[in-house]
Amino acid sequence: MTWGFVVKGESMIDEELVQLLTPEGQRVAHPDYESTLDGEAIFALYRDMVIVRRLCNESTSLQRQGQLALWAPIQGQEAAQIGAGRALQPMDFTFPTYREHGIAWCRGVPAQDVLRMFRAVSNGGWDPQKYRHSVPTVVLGNQALHAVGYAMGIQRDGAEEAVMTFFGDGASSQGDTLESFVWAASFNAPVVFFCQNNQWGISTPSSLQSKVPLYRRAQGFGFSGVRVDGNDVLAVYEVTKKALDNARVGGGPTLIEAYTYRMGAHTTSDDPTRYRIDAEVEVWKHRDPVERVKALLVHEYQAKGAAFDAVAHEAETMALQLREDVLAMGRPDPITMFDHAYASEHALIEEGRREMLELGISGGVH
Amino acid sequence: MATTTMTMAKALNEGLRRALEEDKKVLLMGEDIGKLGGVFRITDGLQKDFGEDRVIDSPLAESAIVGTAVGLAIRGYRTVCEMQFDGFVYPAFDQIVSQVAKLHKRSDGAYVMGLVIRLPFQGGIGAIEHHSESPEAYFAHTAGLRVVACSTPNDAYWMIQQAIAHDDPIIFCEPKSRYWEKGEVDLDRPSHGLFETARRREGTDVTVIGYGASMKTILRAADTAASEGVSLEVIDARSLSPLDLDPMVTSIQKTGRFVTVQEAPHMASIGSELVAELTQRCFYSLRAPGVRVSGYHVPYPPTRLEEDYRPSVDRILDAVDRVMGFEG
Repeated sequence: MTWGFVVKGESMIDEELVQLLTPEGQRVAHPDYESTLDGEAIFALYRDMVIVRRLCNESTSLQRQGQLALWAPIQGQEAAQIGAGRALQPMDFTFPTYREHGIAWCRGVPAQDVLRMFRAVSNGGWDPQKYRHSVPTVVLGNQALHAVGYAMGIQRDGAEEAVMTFFGDGASSQGDTLESFVWAASFNAPVVFFCQNNQWGISTPSSLQSKVPLYRRAQGFGFSGVRVDGNDVLAVYEVTKKALDNARVGGGPTLIEAYTYRMGAHTTSDDPTRYRIDAEVEVWKHRDPVERVKALLVHEYQAKGAAFDAVAHEAETMALQLREDVLAMGRPDPITMFDHAYASEHALIEEGRREMLELGISGGVH
Repeated sequence: MATTTMTMAKALNEGLRRALEEDKKVLLMGEDIGKLGGVFRITDGLQKDFGEDRVIDSPLAESAIVGTAVGLAIRGYRTVCEMQFDGFVYPAFDQIVSQVAKLHKRSDGAYVMGLVIRLPFQGGIGAIEHHSESPEAYFAHTAGLRVVACSTPNDAYWMIQQAIAHDDPIIFCEPKSRYWEKGEVDLDRPSHGLFETARRREGTDVTVIGYGASMKTILRAADTAASEGVSLEVIDARSLSPLDLDPMVTSIQKTGRFVTVQEAPHMASIGSELVAELTQRCFYSLRAPGVRVSGYHVPYPPTRLEEDYRPSVDRILDAVDRVMGFEG
């Protein structure tokens, strides 16, 4: 089988791809979308991307040093996540997988909370109602149905809010994802399906997940699909904003396929050299999402080195802080495993707690 | 005391109606539950009275019924999901086990998974395959879920309301073969809490524990046994997770013998759990090991054979004879 080794060059990219910024940082026009962001806003997106990339790299290091059980890097997908995340309104709600660190950043989830699951001290990590960002979903596809259900609640409340859920080219094959398309279409739910097609589901190429460009699937379910250059933060922002605006006013669901690339491994447990070639990675290096915005900021807004240095310094400081916070994250008291297993009293929970206390396994703090 | 006579189907319908009236956040969702009123007519007339937004006819996909109910729960709604038949719940198994059971925990209590999954279960209606199963043990095994089973119209009326009001996710098992049987319903107050057993008959020789459709069979067996001079104490477990063991222990301390009855095969089942727990708790009171009466370890048979598969009066009495005749 050789399909995994096809280098995905420009010719692979659909002509319907929405792009507002070339890999070289040149603006391009699109009939349906134009960038509404000023220099300051674009610089803010640049800052977001630099910070989440730096925090992601720090997390990889922490895992390599034995401080995290696992890490799922987002390198290469920063524009997809920051563009989508910054298009959200505060009242919107998001349903992620385990790789939406950029979205979590945009929702205000503290970086160390994102790492709780990866340090294996929690199976969640943050208060999803507070940040309006659901806890990580590891069984992929499940979250798409939660998003549609939540959107049905918005409809019943008569609220002008939207939901966005995230999945990848891999989970696009899951039954739950496709059922969520049916439900969203039939009930006209205010939901945006944000698919990051990063080309690889661990070792499985996206060509095995779908024989048609993923965004075209939406049409068969009765709603709009759009393919956006997932490494172009300006395009992702505009495409997502339009889809969310449309959902909030009763326009129904949209499927966004952010065409991007997973530059790193699936997780720190993965070895991509076993299934993909360096040449493919090289091609995508030239489409780096951070560099193209930086180029735009330099030539169009005359951004100076000092501004970029300041962001780099800020990211560095945050990475050090993250490291400190993670190292301070101790093993929870075992008795906490019984907390919130149920919302109310349960005989087996009491039995377990009692046994743990009797055996002296727990300090009894909970 | 306002009591009235109605079928279990009607009692469930009235219970759902009252829940819909009392809490605007209560929704019903399932296949064919609107205009048709469900294949068993449990939701008959409810869409007409409460509208399509609250009594939702869904597309045909069980995982989505449960998965969207999870999202609705996160938004503060309490959805009663109807699985059309027991054998159709498996497409939703992933959502139930991976999400419904775990999200309260995973969110550190921020999400209240207040949803009910109604499951017409057990056999006895002469249906084709996948319409007569007893999957309760799969769910009872899963931490984070609660599982209950009604056996009378009165319980059906109250337990469905109690389940909807409860903050934990509940698998609500309805013995479909008893849907059309009538009983007294007290419209003023419930006889028991949702997670409590009910003693259906007092006796002195053997404690027989069952749930759902088996209760009626057990009570018939108790009549026969009485005519033969053996006194059975009959307990309706009602709650399968958690089990309300104390009343069973009290009963067995009196009788010294017990039998469990269920339609599901006994391997890793509710009956197995009862025998383990009750043996441990009643060891010094027992005059015989507990015996399980159950379906056989085969796929549910073609229903021309189902009465030879489901626990019958004879098989229950045979088990009673075994514990009565046990010589340690």
